[in-house]
Amino acid sequence: MTSPLQRKLKIHGPTVVTANRLADGVSVWLTAAGGWSETIAEAAVGTTSDEVLRLLDIAHADENTAVGAYSASATLAADGTPQPANLRERIRVSGPTISLPGAA
Amino acid sequence: MYVYDEFDRTFLEERVAEFRDQVARRLSGELNEEEFKPLRLMNGVYLQLHAYMLRVCIPYGTLSSQQLRALGAVARKYDRGYGHFTTRQNIQFNWIKLNELPDAMADLAKVGIHGLQTSGNCIRNTTTDPWAGAAADEVEDPRLYAEVIRQWSTLHPEFTYLPRKFKIAITAARHDRAAIRVHDIGLRLHKRDGETGFEVMVGGGLGRSPFIGKTIKDFLPKEHLLSYLEAVLRTYNLGGRRDNIYKARIKIQVHEMGAEAFAQKVEAEWAEIRDGALKLDEAALDAIRDRFQIPDLETLDDQPAELARALATDAAFARWHANSVAPHKTKGHAIVTLSLKPVGAPPGDATADQMDAIADLADRYAYGEIRVAHEQNLTFPYVRQKDLPALWAKLKEIGVATPNVGLITDIISCPGLDYCALANTRSIPIAQKLTERFADEARIADIGRLHVNISGCINACGHHHVGHIGILGVEKKDEEFFQITLGGKGNSKARIGELIGPAVAESEIVDVVESLVDTYLNLRTSPAETFVAAVERLGIEPFKERAYAPR
Repeated sequence: MTSPLQRKLKIHGPTVVTANRLADGVSVWLTAAGGWSETIAEAAVGTTSDEVLRLLDIAHADENTAVGAYSASATLAADGTPQPANLRERIRVSGPTISLPGAA
Repeated sequence: MYVYDEFDRTFLEERVAEFRDQVARRLSGELNEEEFKPLRLMNGVYLQLHAYMLRVCIPYGTLSSQQLRALGAVARKYDRGYGHFTTRQNIQFNWIKLNELPDAMADLAKVGIHGLQTSGNCIRNTTTDPWAGAAADEVEDPRLYAEVIRQWSTLHPEFTYLPRKFKIAITAARHDRAAIRVHDIGLRLHKRDGETGFEVMVGGGLGRSPFIGKTIKDFLPKEHLLSYLEAVLRTYNLGGRRDNIYKARIKIQVHEMGAEAFAQKVEAEWAEIRDGALKLDEAALDAIRDRFQIPDLETLDDQPAELARALATDAAFARWHANSVAPHKTKGHAIVTLSLKPVGAPPGDATADQMDAIADLADRYAYGEIRVAHEQNLTFPYVRQKDLPALWAKLKEIGVATPNVGLITDIISCPGLDYCALANTRSIPIAQKLTERFADEARIADIGRLHVNISGCINACGHHHVGHIGILGVEKKDEEFFQITLGGKGNSKARIGELIGPAVAESEIVDVVESLVDTYLNLRTSPAETFVAAVERLGIEPFKERAYAPR
C-alpha cells in the first residue's frame, strides 16, 4: 500500500522549477545554488522525480522570496542550458507575444 | 456621478492602511503566502504570468474625468503606461509591483476608487447599462439601485465567504446592454401599473457550464430589492456546493434543484425578512439619489445645423456617427461610444496618455463623465449634438474613433495567455489578426452588426458563449486550436452559441471566420438581416459546411 505521505511526480525529460518573485511577480527559476534567477538558462535541471522533488522542496522553503513554485518541462540547448518547452513557459520567459500599448 | 460621503472616504483610507500593513508583513515574512493570498484577493490583487495584476472596481461603470486621470496616473507611475478595461466594467493594471501596490491604492482612494469586490468569493461589483441615465429606452436610472446594492453588499458579513464569486447586473432599458441574463442574478427594472419593480433572474452564467438565467420573480416591488436579494444569497450560501469548485456557482444549484424549487426556497426565506430592516423607504432612496450629481443639460434642438452639415458633407464622420452615436433621452444630446478596438491593437486597452486626453475631452464636451461598457469600450453619456463633429475630430487624433462599434472588429477578448495564468491559448493576437483582416471600414459596415467574442480558456472571460461568433482557445499538444460557436446572444433574447465542429488551428482561424462571414453575405435575405438573424434562420449547417471546406 502506498503511504499517503509518499509524493509522486511524473517527470518526462529535463525539468526546471519556476515561480514568481514575491516582491514584483517577475518569473524566476531556481538555480543549482538554491537561489533564484530571472534567466531560465541559469536554472537547475532535474531529470528524475527525486531530483525535481528536491528542487521543489528548496523552492517551497523559500516562499518569502518566490511564490507558487512548480515544475516545468524544459528542452536543452546544444550547450546543455535549459529552454522553455511549451508556449506558456516561452511567454513567461520572453513576455507577451504582442506589442504593449504605447510601445514604439 | 455618485459622490462618496465621509463614511466611504474614511473606510477607503482605512482599507489602504490595512493593506499596506498586510503587504509589509508579507514582505517581512511575518505572513506566509497562504495567509496573504486571500487578503490580497479581497483588494483585487492577482498574481498572473509575469507580474501582479490589480483589478480596480469602477462601480456600475461610471467614472469622473478626475477618476480617469487618476487611473492614467497609476498606469504611468506604477505600471507600464496603460490599462485594460474588462467585460465587468473594471480596469486592470498588469505590471504593478507588490511593494508599490499600497501607494497605487492610496492614490486611487483619494478619488474614491479601489479594488474591493473585484475578486474572491464575495458579491462582486454590480454592473449596469453604460448608457444609464441617458438612454432613451430606460424606465429610470438603474445606477441608483446599483449603488443601493453596493452599500448593502460591501463587507456584508454573511456573504464574504460564499461558495463562489457572485455577480449581479441590472438594466432599466428595453434593450439589454448589461448582459443580465448571463449573471448570477439579473435584474430588469420595469413598470407595472405605474409602480417600479424588478424582474429577477437567477442562475445565469458562462464558464465551463453556460446557463441562461431563469426568471424566479416577474415583478418585485423596488422597496423589497435588498430583502429579496438577501433571501436569494442566503439560499445560495446555505445550499450551494462547496465540495467542487466547478459546481459551486449558483447556476449549478438552480440547475440541479430546478428554478421552481429554488424560487420556493427563496420565497420561504423572504417571507421571514421582507418587512424587516432591509425594506427600502423613499427617504433612504432619496438620500442616495441626492448624492448622484446629474449634469444640468442645456435646452437644445435635435439635429442642429453643425451636425446636419457634417453628416451631409463628410462621409467619414457619417460612418462614425452611424455606429458610435446613439439617441439620448434629452433633446439635442447624444450618447457617444469611444472605440477601444483600433485595428491591430489589443481590445479594451487604453494608454495613460489616452486616459488623460479622454478625461480632458469629457470635461470639454461631456460634462466630465465617462462610462465603461462591458464590450470593453468607453462611453460619453452626455454630449451636445452640435459638438459631435468637433468631438469626433479630437477622438480621431487620440485613436478612439474607429468606426466599428457593434461591428465585426468590435471584438470582446480576454487577456489570454499573453497575461493570464489560467489561459490555455492566446486571445489578443487572434483579435488583432481579425481586425487587420477586416480593416476595411466600408466592408465591415456592409457586414453590419456582428459580435465576435474570444476566450483563451473555458473560464470564458471573453464571453464566447454569447458571441454571434464565439471563439474558444484550446490547447492540444502545445499547439493552439480554436473552437467556434455560432448564434450566441447576450441581450434580452440571450442564448448560448452552438458549436460548429472540431477546433481549427491557430493558422486557420482568421480564414475560417472570414468564410463564415462570406457565407452570411451570400445567404442573407438583405443587408437588413443581421449575421445572427441569418444563423437563426438557416441553422449552423451552411456555415459549418463552408468553414470546414478545403481552402
